[in-house]
Amino acid sequence: MLEVDGRFFVLLMSNGILIGLMYSLIALGFVLVYKATDAINFAQGEFVMIAGFVVAVCLVAYGAPLWLAVSAGLLGMVGFGFGLERVMLRRLIGRPIIAVVMATIGLAAILRGVGPLTWGAETKPLALPISDEPFIVGPLFIPPIQLLGASVSLVFLGVFGWFFLKSRKGIAMRAVADSQQVAMAMGINVERYFALAWAMTGVVSALGGVIWGSMLGVDVHLSLVGFKVFPVVILGGLDSIPGAILGGLIVGVVENVAAGYVDPYVGGGTKDFAPYVLMILALMIRPYGIFGKKIIERV
Amino acid sequence: MSAVRDDPRPLLSVNNIEVIYDHVILVLKGVSLRVPAGGIVALLGANGAGKSTTLKAISGLLRTERGDVTKGTIEWEGQPIHRKDPAEVVTRGIVQVMEGRHVFEHLTVEENLLTGGYTRKNGHAAKQDLALVYRYFPRLAERRLVRAGYVSGGEQQMVAIGRALMARPRLMLLDEPSMGLAPMLVHEIFEIVSRMNREAGVAVLLAEQNATMALRFAQYGYVMENGRIVLDGDARTIGENEDIKEFYLGLSGVGQRKSYRDVKHYRRRKRWLS
Repeated sequence: MLEVDGRFFVLLMSNGILIGLMYSLIALGFVLVYKATDAINFAQGEFVMIAGFVVAVCLVAYGAPLWLAVSAGLLGMVGFGFGLERVMLRRLIGRPIIAVVMATIGLAAILRGVGPLTWGAETKPLALPISDEPFIVGPLFIPPIQLLGASVSLVFLGVFGWFFLKSRKGIAMRAVADSQQVAMAMGINVERYFALAWAMTGVVSALGGVIWGSMLGVDVHLSLVGFKVFPVVILGGLDSIPGAILGGLIVGVVENVAAGYVDPYVGGGTKDFAPYVLMILALMIRPYGIFGKKIIERV
Repeated sequence: MSAVRDDPRPLLSVNNIEVIYDHVILVLKGVSLRVPAGGIVALLGANGAGKSTTLKAISGLLRTERGDVTKGTIEWEGQPIHRKDPAEVVTRGIVQVMEGRHVFEHLTVEENLLTGGYTRKNGHAAKQDLALVYRYFPRLAERRLVRAGYVSGGEQQMVAIGRALMARPRLMLLDEPSMGLAPMLVHEIFEIVSRMNREAGVAVLLAEQNATMALRFAQYGYVMENGRIVLDGDARTIGENEDIKEFYLGLSGVGQRKSYRDVKHYRRRKRWLS
């Protein structure tokens, strides 16, 4: 008989919420690109991994101070995003969506190979100057890194949310996403916005790399975090920032609670597939997600 | 105004352009036209005559549809612009309102208008222009926070024109603003366009199938068929031209409306070019 322990449940919930917000950050990278360019980026997790590598290598191999390493990661990923758009994705504009999907899947495989090849396969530490001692507040048990990750996520989700809703560039970017040809007719430089979207994804990936890298250590497995992006964005809606937050929270909580209650009976692993069960259910019920945009049809 | 064709310093002059789509499909076969500063010029013709293609050649949007100006030149105040990309053309003061009321459906009416001011350097001035657009289109002010995909067809056309106005153009290329709209709305929109023309000095090149309406507001007109200009002249002269009446106004020589069957029959037999 399963004893419902309130304390245990609250603990699972609170950790799920924090982890979920950290998923939201990674999902934000995916949403930014999809929102502006309609491209589905299957290499999001690999972006995070590459960023983690850059920062960790700067710290470990070159002994750079943290701020410098993080700046290098940010700049490197912005440049990477720009370059990728220029070299690979710009040529795929206007091609069937499957071309972009396949190209990013290929890119993901290449990055998973090139990362460890360049920087070594061993797990590198990415130490942030925060303590490992968890905060204990009542029933809650909060590791500082998760609190930091969740806060950074919220800040950036807020910043990008504001950007899209209120700033001129953000409105122009949504216009590009809505109709490229009309955007061009209004004098909006569509290609520049595509590049900007990929650069913004680079920023988000760099932050994700620092936070997830510091929690898990940096090696090729860091890219697995990208797989959690799909349930998050399918639940929240592919092009919605509030959706990324909500989707992240749902995935974080569901996997934590499922792991907490089911794992003892099945011997572990629930965490890895529970979000996908939810994703498939969501696709059957609400294919455009909770906040995703519905296609407006006029009759 | 009969001197439009011979105007030595027109705002826009299109000189004998040829347009080819996909490297093989010849669509425009030597089109020339001129728009004087502050004028309204109508570009008439049936479906597929090449009106939209002509406008897109001017605005540079042709390239998004794999079309190319292969011969001839397009000059804006004496400067060639037919190799420029659309953003550059907008910056210089030409903006196109595309056929079929292309609004950004998922943006609100106001956000749509703001995208029109995008090429302006001064973001603050662009916001002030919103007030101007709302003065021309009071209806849009009421619906400013509604998603543009959900407003009526007439309002969408107003959004498209208002958005173009936000770019502070000196020439507006209007492609079939009357398409699919009720006659009263068409009249309202044409009134506003002509007010814009008078008050803000925006020149208009107006591609229309609705020749009666277009000629009422334009000073000069060109008639296209099959990728060529076949006739041009003062709006009044064109309006009184017997062939025009036959072809586009559906009127016979004595001014009675012909039955649809006769018109069809007649059109099959007689063309300017065959």
